[in-house]
Amino acid sequence: MNKADLINSLYVFILAAFIGFEVIRRVSPLLHTPLMSLTNALDAIAVVGAIILAGEHKTTLSTVLGTIAIVAATSNVVGGFIITDRMLRMFKPSGTKKP
Amino acid sequence: MIPGSEQIIEITYIVAAVLFIFSLKWLSSPASARRGVLAGEIGMALAIAGTLLYRGIVDYKWLAIALVLGAIIGVPLGNVGMTAVPQRTALSHAFGALCVTLVGTAEFYLRAPHIQPFMMSVLSLEVILGGLTVTGSLMAAGKLQEILPQRPITYKGQNFVNLAVLAAAIGIAVYLVLHPEAMYLYPFMVGIALVFGVMLIVPIGGADMPTVISLLNAYAGLSAAAMGFVLNSKLLIVAGALDGASGFILSVNMSKAMNRSFTNVLFGAFGQVQTAAAGAAETRTARSATAEEAASILSAANKVVIVPGYGMAVAQAQHKVRELYDALTKRGVDVKFGIHPVAGRMPGHMNVLLAEADIPYDKLMDMEEANPDFPQTDVALIIGANDVTNPAARTDTGSPIYGMPILDVDKARTVMVIKRSMNPGFAGIDNPLYYLDNTLMLFGDAKAFVGSILRELSGGGAHG
Repeated sequence: MNKADLINSLYVFILAAFIGFEVIRRVSPLLHTPLMSLTNALDAIAVVGAIILAGEHKTTLSTVLGTIAIVAATSNVVGGFIITDRMLRMFKPSGTKKP
Repeated sequence: MIPGSEQIIEITYIVAAVLFIFSLKWLSSPASARRGVLAGEIGMALAIAGTLLYRGIVDYKWLAIALVLGAIIGVPLGNVGMTAVPQRTALSHAFGALCVTLVGTAEFYLRAPHIQPFMMSVLSLEVILGGLTVTGSLMAAGKLQEILPQRPITYKGQNFVNLAVLAAAIGIAVYLVLHPEAMYLYPFMVGIALVFGVMLIVPIGGADMPTVISLLNAYAGLSAAAMGFVLNSKLLIVAGALDGASGFILSVNMSKAMNRSFTNVLFGAFGQVQTAAAGAAETRTARSATAEEAASILSAANKVVIVPGYGMAVAQAQHKVRELYDALTKRGVDVKFGIHPVAGRMPGHMNVLLAEADIPYDKLMDMEEANPDFPQTDVALIIGANDVTNPAARTDTGSPIYGMPILDVDKARTVMVIKRSMNPGFAGIDNPLYYLDNTLMLFGDAKAFVGSILRELSGGGAHG
């Protein structure tokens, strides 16, 4: 990573952190559990780094570690989205007919 | 493979980053929240599909196996019961951090010994935060699942020992930044981070879990952002920053709600304040009431606020509570729920449990909404909550929970507390609420007692 990349990355990090604070501050405490499971699923985007690492096959070590990392992150992607949606489906306003 | 695939990948990443931000924005209201999940899913699918176009990938077989295996593990983890959501969340923090730590480790061995100082710094940050989150989250999940003993284990000088261990990991990191050729030190750095994660959670008890899970969430996010710096992936930096910000906000909320300073929480010194005074057992009398009396008071009320705590979830009483809500609402009583931020085992846990029991979400009030309501409330019914209703937090400067924000249930005309016995709660702190003139104690199991109130209510309806 050269200097320009580093500065760019820092900009991205700082701006994203600000957006994160502003957006997440507005999430009602009602939905803090789904918030955590959703951000957890989004965080598992780390899977893209693992895919490149495992796919490039540079060394045996990097391939093995990358493959395990894909399994771990994918389980978060799949499980995180499923449970978030399950929870959100349960939140109903008054007057909704019960199944 | 495909000409211009680099550009296609970059475009999918940018679109994914935008969708992730919208995903969280839509989560601000229950009405748009599911759209938020969809946006996140589309962003994730795009980014993964884009990555698979990367021309440096030489072998797809293992990628496919790993993706399918991850999905197979993920489906049951997405379908756990709602009471198990806290341990599932802790486990997923561990998985996320595991991914980050493994990728960081692989990158280290691919690049060492030619690593720039800045790169080595963020790589160290990535694997130290990642490593401690892996073991810390596994410990937290084990305690929540009750595989590990839940009692906090504390000893003299614990904070000093913990900080010394962390300092050792950071010391190695600094040495590696200056001398990346000392590759033999790398496993020690990761190993110490893993040990530190365990030591961090050893002194934590059940009621501190909301804070701990939020904090581990923040660590997981920051380690992922650090991984973004290492791989020069802007998308990963964005996702990590969003996750880190979320964990940070929740940690601050939880530490405020537990009356701990944030620095206290950051240094993992929680779990220790609890050991203070359980003293002064005066002979004060508490009044108790039967289910019949409780039912007649409730049915005569105009406005009832139910305050649930983790005890309600332990007793699996939420469905009975829903029936009570239905029965009272049918009689024209205005029933709402007042929920303290640390009720349950993770932020927002109680809301999920009540939503699962089909309580409409507009009846669920957080502490700021609920407190102005109590003076106009006829009955505050407390089920399985204790310390979060303790008026000593407002008045008694000597109380260990003095200053902690509480639900002002004592301001309601009548307070009813369903409780097994007069034993103090988790923190071992006496609750003067139980001796107030307007308080009635309803002794019994939460589920059973709510059930008998319900029987009285339906019986009374038949006569009247």
